[in-house]
Amino acid sequence: MTVPRAEQQLPVSVSSSQVIYDALKACGVEIISALPETWLVHLIRMAEDDPDVQLVRLAKEEEGVGISAGAHLAGVKSAMLMQNHGFLASINGIVGLAHLYKIPLLMIISYRGEFGEPDPWQTQGGGITLPVLDALQIPWVVLDEPEHVAQRIAKAQTLANAALKPVALLLTRDLMWED
Amino acid sequence: MQRYAALKAIYERLEDDNIVVVTIMGAVSAELQDIGHRPNFFYLQHAMGLASSMGLGIALARPELQVVVFDGDGSVLMNLGGLTTLARYRPPNLAHIVFDNESLVSVGGFPTATSTGSDLEGIAREAGVPRTATVEGIDAFVTAFDEALAADELTTLVAKVTTEGPAGYVTDLALIENRFQFSRHLKNLREQS
Repeated sequence: MTVPRAEQQLPVSVSSSQVIYDALKACGVEIISALPETWLVHLIRMAEDDPDVQLVRLAKEEEGVGISAGAHLAGVKSAMLMQNHGFLASINGIVGLAHLYKIPLLMIISYRGEFGEPDPWQTQGGGITLPVLDALQIPWVVLDEPEHVAQRIAKAQTLANAALKPVALLLTRDLMWED
Repeated sequence: MQRYAALKAIYERLEDDNIVVVTIMGAVSAELQDIGHRPNFFYLQHAMGLASSMGLGIALARPELQVVVFDGDGSVLMNLGGLTTLARYRPPNLAHIVFDNESLVSVGGFPTATSTGSDLEGIAREAGVPRTATVEGIDAFVTAFDEALAADELTTLVAKVTTEGPAGYVTDLALIENRFQFSRHLKNLREQS
């Protein structure tokens, strides 16, 4: 199979992606929903290549709320991979399903549009990601160094399952981009 | 065909412990509860469009169970992309039933695009759902429903129904009670097996 252009040419960190993926596996995640995003290319490939994980490629990120909710009620751990605009596109599902029915979600979000963002089109969403998370009372933490990734993901999942609510881990440029 | 009569006609099939039912909000939820709530029924009272995505999540998580989603035209139209995701993973244990009354009945009966010719079976088929059908009468519905359960293939079944709805939509089953009863039921099934 042809390697996608993004994987060949873009300096997305393979080692950080592996640390994140290993942390999700260590948390017992068996279903991962995803919508492709530049920073997520390696994570999505790792899920696809893993026979013990079901990758669900979405048409729109809000579907992932439904899939994770179904998986949770069925007793299976899941995670969602998305860009922050995917999080913004998921809000109705988060409020009208995850919050309404007290369902944990482990959301791994590419935090585009923060300091260092060169793409003008990412800056608007980047600027409002944290206020929207706060308005929804979704606990969040940034992942910016490989050393604390595993612990923060594990603790996020623990809180999500104890509080029965969504949590967000924000992947930063410092962690994901090697330039 | 009335949706209530259609639900009643297949209700006894839903009493099987290995069948898991996810419904949308509004009339479907109220009518199924009126016929009789069971612990294997989950009613998604908001988040329109996501009942089929929840069904996909359950079907992938628990391949030993048969999942039935009772969807509606308004909800499917809010998540047409979800049909492509269903088709992509095509879980054989998922029967996706769409009650199409060509309207958003619970908010006053506003006509949906199926009233002006949009064909949800056609959309599902071209999205790649392997088995699709549209039925209009009770007998045809019961037959097609049984075939969907018996088939080892993802099915989207569009059932054309009239716009009649229940007098009210709020029942005495709290949303949270339904949620925990349902997840407990699925947990018990796994522990018994």
